[in-house]
Amino acid sequence: MKLPLLRRRTLILLAVAIPIAALFGYVVLRSGPLAPVAVMTAHVESRSISPALFGIGTVEARFSYKIGPTIAGRISKILVDVGEKVRAGQVLAEMDPVDLNERIAALDAAIRRAEASIKAAEAQVDDAMARKDYAQTQAKRYEQLWKTRSVSEVAIETKRQDSQVAFATLAAAHSNLVAAQQDLQRNQADRDGLIKQRENLVLCAPVDGVIAARNAEPGTTMVAGQAVIDMIDPNNLWINARFDQIAAMGLRKGLSAQIMLRSRGRTSIPGRVFRVEVLADSVTEENLAKVGFGVLPDPLPPIGELAEATIVLPELPATPAIPNAAVQNVGGKVGVWKVGGGKVEFVPVHTGASDLDGTVQIVKGLQVGDEIVVYSASRLAGTSRIRVTGDPAELLK
Amino acid sequence: MISLAGRDILHSWGKFVFTGIGLGLLIGVTFTMAGVYRGMVDDGKVLLDNSGADMWVVQQKTLGPYAESSNINDDVYRMILTIPGVERAANATYLTMQVRKGDTDVRAMVVGVATGDIRTPGWPPFLAAGRQITRGHYEAVADAATGFALGDTIAIRRNRYTVVGLTRRAVSSSGDPMVFIPLKDAQEAQFIKDNDSIVRQRRRTAENSDFNRPGVPGLLDAVIASQNSNPYVNAVLVRIRPGYDPERIAADIARWKRLTVYTRPQMEEILVGKLIATSAKQIGMFLAILAIVSAAIVAFIIYTLTMDKIREIAVLKLIGTRNRTIASMILQQAVVLGLIGFVVGKITATFAAPLFPKFVLLLSEDTMIGLVAIIVICALASVVAIRMALKVDPAEAIGG
Repeated sequence: MKLPLLRRRTLILLAVAIPIAALFGYVVLRSGPLAPVAVMTAHVESRSISPALFGIGTVEARFSYKIGPTIAGRISKILVDVGEKVRAGQVLAEMDPVDLNERIAALDAAIRRAEASIKAAEAQVDDAMARKDYAQTQAKRYEQLWKTRSVSEVAIETKRQDSQVAFATLAAAHSNLVAAQQDLQRNQADRDGLIKQRENLVLCAPVDGVIAARNAEPGTTMVAGQAVIDMIDPNNLWINARFDQIAAMGLRKGLSAQIMLRSRGRTSIPGRVFRVEVLADSVTEENLAKVGFGVLPDPLPPIGELAEATIVLPELPATPAIPNAAVQNVGGKVGVWKVGGGKVEFVPVHTGASDLDGTVQIVKGLQVGDEIVVYSASRLAGTSRIRVTGDPAELLK
Repeated sequence: MISLAGRDILHSWGKFVFTGIGLGLLIGVTFTMAGVYRGMVDDGKVLLDNSGADMWVVQQKTLGPYAESSNINDDVYRMILTIPGVERAANATYLTMQVRKGDTDVRAMVVGVATGDIRTPGWPPFLAAGRQITRGHYEAVADAATGFALGDTIAIRRNRYTVVGLTRRAVSSSGDPMVFIPLKDAQEAQFIKDNDSIVRQRRRTAENSDFNRPGVPGLLDAVIASQNSNPYVNAVLVRIRPGYDPERIAADIARWKRLTVYTRPQMEEILVGKLIATSAKQIGMFLAILAIVSAAIVAFIIYTLTMDKIREIAVLKLIGTRNRTIASMILQQAVVLGLIGFVVGKITATFAAPLFPKFVLLLSEDTMIGLVAIIVICALASVVAIRMALKVDPAEAIGG
């Protein structure tokens, strides 16, 4: 009777002690420095990658026109509003002519007066001509009478002088006529000038386009060169895209691009690099490029909308490639954790080109087929024990 | 010779084991509390480790970027790169904020990292899923503790970011998980105001006749543009070439570039010594009280256990058992009780640690110190019981 009781007690004791001991063993081995780190591995593959550049920018019109007066003045009329389509030559706005019209009227009067003066001068010429003819005739007659000595010498000299005076008067009348004609021309030229000035106050569209902004209203005084109306050519929109200089290698004209407008979610519009700017932005450390739309979206995107441009570079020849998550920086060296015989070893590598999906080419340091750690549950060290798992959730627990 | 202690434990093993387990739970709490403290310190260290920097260049006379706010121009890093011995220098911004996550939000530290590759200081050092940031805008790598999954969209201020990678143990010194986003976006998130205040600011500027002069077209636009630029970052993370003395380079930068520089030990001192000092003391105080309470309870338990069998001890004495045998029996029992408590405590603490919202770090050193402390406390506690047992009169065995 005694033995079975003892044995039962021992059994119960063992039933309590063994699980506790087992749990303790598990705790010691699975946590703390002895615990293995859960990792996910991958094999180095040989594949070609298409590097891509990513930039953001704003929608801009390739041609935009700022239309304003050439001299300071007040706006009298604005005939168009934002969004209106206009044709080349269409009147957009007019500036207040102030006294231009009055000055033109004054000149009109001056011209008419000049014309009258011409007429008067012409009449004077005719009058002088008639006087000259009469004086000449008289002089001739007295000459003949002098030959027969029927007039005195005084009389003939008087007639000769009359004739000379008549000549001089005619010459003076001619000069008066020329002066009156010149006066007319001057007044006409002045008037033409004023009319040109008045035409200049009418602001016309230089090309077909759309009104982008109406910067002032009638009554506003503008200085010379200040824009009253902004106009754009809607058929020539492009993205002024900025690419971080660190990731702008290979950016050049003609590459195809995908444009995503902020207002249009994830739909992308094909485009092309139209121009890479000669000047980079040294403050933001970005290179600039103009990316044109392949087909203009309808409706047109507003000028200034934020857009993303992804430029796809030509595909590179196949080389060993790995996910960029595998590349780590240990003690200032770039490398990967290579798996071999249940252990990890840090292998420095030289990386090459990479694409936007996170694949990096390996120039030196790894062979195709090598097994490397891509993800780990904690930072690895050379002494780490690892436990390879295929379940991503295990790394995130 | 049979083990007296073993026989006695076996005699009433149920009571003994359950007392041990109860004690174990108490010890477990003590271990966890130590783990909480270690976790706090580790949060600070891991923040510095993850940044991958040897020194931090911050605004003059600030304790930035973690303990105080610091703003420096984002082209300062170029001057720092020219200093001999500097291998890498990269801008970084840090902003602790509530990040929208569906209908709720999570507290996170948004870190702006400069574009480049893994060598760039500030980048997440390893990933648990996904990939590193490859685009210069609108991508994010989040710590798994934020609860975001790959492909999720994070809204920070006016922009949306796609989660492309997940990392682990990337936390701020206060244990908030990090969200890494490209630097330019982070600068916007930190320094650009919300749209409403930008509009109000524009109107305010337009109403100021100094900036909106009728004769100077374009002045207003230029003023508004300058108001909305944000050429600031919080710190420049610097990595030093091997063989150079960080202290000297730090002194050079501080002296000639008129900035404040912290080396790794100084930064650790700021984080551990200043940032978490009070909360660490709080936890330490609690830990001390717990240790004292545990010791007192162990002493009580052993005392009561001995008192329970005082009659049996009297019998032992009566039959001529030596004092040493009795003393060693009580001591052995106390130590075994302590060991059971230790084992149970270690198990409890290990399983409880991941349930805490903040990181709980159970160090092996702490465990070993705990083990030694428990045995010492048990041994000391048994002294009182041993004295009682030795003083007992053998006559009690037969007496009333």
